[in-house]
Amino acid sequence: MAENQTYYVPDQSKWPIVATVGLGVMMYGLASIMVFGTTGSWATFWIGSAIMVYMLFGWFGSVIKESRSGLYSPQMDRSFRWGMSWFIFSEVMFFAAFFGALFYARTFAIPWLGGEGDRGSSNMLWEGFQASWPLINTPDPQAYPPPEGVIGPWGLPLINTILLVTSSFTLTVSHHALKEDHRKKAKTWLAATIALALVFVFVQGYEYVHAYQDLGLTLQSGIYGSTFFMLTGFHGAHVILGTLMLVIMLARIQKGHFTADNHFGFEAAAWYWHFVDVVWLGLFVFVYVI
Amino acid sequence: MSAVTDTHAQDDHHHGPAKGFSRWLLTTNHKDIGSMYLIFSFTMFLLGGAMAMVIRAELFQPGLQIVEPEFFNQMTTMHGLIMVFGAVMPAFVGLANWMIPLMVGAPDMALPRMNNWSFWLLPAAFLILVSTLFMQGGAPNFGWTFYAPLSTTYGPPSTTFFIFAVHIMGVSSIMGAINVIATILNMRAPGMTLMKMPLFVWTWLITAFLLIAVMPVLAGVVTMMLMDINFGTSFFDASGGGDPVLFQHVFWFFGHPEVYIMILPAFGAVSHIIPAFSRKPLFGYASMVYAVGAIALLSFVVWAHHMFTVGIPIAGQLFFMYATMLIAVPTGVKVFNWVATMFRGSLTFEAPMLFAVAFVILFTIGGFSGLMLAIAPADFQYHDTYFVVAHFHYVLVPGAIFGIFASAYFWLPKWTGHMYDETLAKTHFWLSFVGMNLAFFPMHFLGLAGMPRRIPDYALQFADFNMISSIGAFMFGATQILFLVIVVKCVRGGEKASANPWDGAEGLEWTVPSPAPYHTFATPPEVK
Repeated sequence: MAENQTYYVPDQSKWPIVATVGLGVMMYGLASIMVFGTTGSWATFWIGSAIMVYMLFGWFGSVIKESRSGLYSPQMDRSFRWGMSWFIFSEVMFFAAFFGALFYARTFAIPWLGGEGDRGSSNMLWEGFQASWPLINTPDPQAYPPPEGVIGPWGLPLINTILLVTSSFTLTVSHHALKEDHRKKAKTWLAATIALALVFVFVQGYEYVHAYQDLGLTLQSGIYGSTFFMLTGFHGAHVILGTLMLVIMLARIQKGHFTADNHFGFEAAAWYWHFVDVVWLGLFVFVYVI
Repeated sequence: MSAVTDTHAQDDHHHGPAKGFSRWLLTTNHKDIGSMYLIFSFTMFLLGGAMAMVIRAELFQPGLQIVEPEFFNQMTTMHGLIMVFGAVMPAFVGLANWMIPLMVGAPDMALPRMNNWSFWLLPAAFLILVSTLFMQGGAPNFGWTFYAPLSTTYGPPSTTFFIFAVHIMGVSSIMGAINVIATILNMRAPGMTLMKMPLFVWTWLITAFLLIAVMPVLAGVVTMMLMDINFGTSFFDASGGGDPVLFQHVFWFFGHPEVYIMILPAFGAVSHIIPAFSRKPLFGYASMVYAVGAIALLSFVVWAHHMFTVGIPIAGQLFFMYATMLIAVPTGVKVFNWVATMFRGSLTFEAPMLFAVAFVILFTIGGFSGLMLAIAPADFQYHDTYFVVAHFHYVLVPGAIFGIFASAYFWLPKWTGHMYDETLAKTHFWLSFVGMNLAFFPMHFLGLAGMPRRIPDYALQFADFNMISSIGAFMFGATQILFLVIVVKCVRGGEKASANPWDGAEGLEWTVPSPAPYHTFATPPEVK
């Protein structure tokens, strides 16, 4: 392992401390907005966010510069790969918590509330509550007004499934083009991926408006709405983040970054995109279909 | 931008540390970051300890005398949170930062800038957490396990700040763990195969895996709390179809691996210290590795033993009871191996060894009370009593904390280049040992007699044991100032330490001079 000798240990860097201040201020601002809701809280939040944006451009900018000046050895490359893989694994576990909540509510909590099994006693609190999934009547309709209906799987969600699965294919085509140094082809297919992603986000937004305005399906409409918006909402946030990554990758190809055999930034974004895609398939099956 | 130019990077490794405070703020050096983690951890240890002193002062006698019950609840909550997330976890990350690159022969951690970010996020998180003490409505008061609906429907307004603090701690832990895994998997010196890795490295590899697997689940559960509190969801509210018990399931899915996160690195460190002072190689290296792996895997399927009394189905109770008892098997393997390592060794009892031997004995006591708690029908009696408090303080204080002290004394010569004051260190050990047992052993009796945990007042028949416990706690608490004195003394001077000051210590970290140079292993060593 001769490459060990060139493992790049960066000099002092201001980015971690900038990132700490940014994240700390942003989070403090976010909490203040929720608790106090003052203008000052919003200002704090936006200042923190601005620092974070500055940090992201600066830090990634440094890494890109270092990478392009050839400071990174194959060993460094492997560190990045391990880092990204384990980061994605942590994201999987984050979603696992929400899927777990969904399964628990459906399999245990709702039937027990409906009087099944040992937990029949909870039926005494809300007599006559009928267990069902989707939950279209909550135990306490005053506190949690139930939805009039839910989103069926075979309309917009099916379209979205097709969009995202297709986007994974177009991204792979783009990746293969990059590996063969067909940069124009790579750009075209990457742009197509981004377009599909944007349509997905738009459709998802449309579906949310429909849910809130026509169906009364909201965050407040009981456990169905809670799990529905939590899972699809966090997924949507990840789609937006993934799209931003892809946009940056497109810009980098445009600027002449990446070579046929050295483009880990692109690959990391692609891994992330496939992860987001797989999570959606889980969502489609467990949130919409079943 | 501050991108480093090519020529600059080449002579990087010959730099000493930068001058002034910016050295600490901007550093990418694993030794600097390790030191900062350790200093931060000890600061939090004193803060959390001060809160424990408030708790024990209030419980010194029956009746309410010093603090309001409301403030007492804040103290138990903050004591737990600060000790778990602020003292024990950062201490082990600090040890990992210092020792893993030295042990595997790497020039630094795999991702040095991210390493610095992982550290500095912690002061930010704890600034937010501690600031809740000064907010309207007070700090979180629902216990460190923050069960819903206590923490959602009935929590103080500061709960939202607590949630974001936990998020930042989570980000820090996950990045730290990713860094550890990448370092271990990618930066080992040529020739160091997985089964030649030092055990501290092995235990940290597995700990890092646990961290990445469960910290996001913690993030998930606090996010659900956040939504319930601020956005009207009903995850933990049965009137909307949710279930407070769901909170406990998700929390303990994180919580149980979390308690192993706090002990596995101590297992690793003790597996270095006992052979060194027995002047014998570790007995059963491979079985130690497999045992740690088995403990880690089992930790994912035992979580509901924390919630036998919430009314989980009988089949669930049986499953979680037997799965929990199964953990005693790999743990027993480890204790057996440590004892077998000492058997017929040339033992000496310097401070690290004293702490390590006490670790083996007292952690085993904590393990046995854990087995008692694992028995579901018996747990109905013990649940939420001082017996539980006694149990987890026995695994965490002489377990995790003694493991950290043992590691600190063991590696202080390597870090500072000086030997610590052995007499003072032995005094520190014996006062800690006596104080800790005095503080926590009577809690077993209190719990078995029915004293519930997390209350500021108690029935008269519990008075004597509580007073003994408080005296022990004050003794243990005050003793820790001595540790600070010893470390400061050792940093400032003392007998010069050689590269390997311990007769029987083995490993790459003892091949570099003491104090370890600012940059080590720029060229990786060859491991035979």
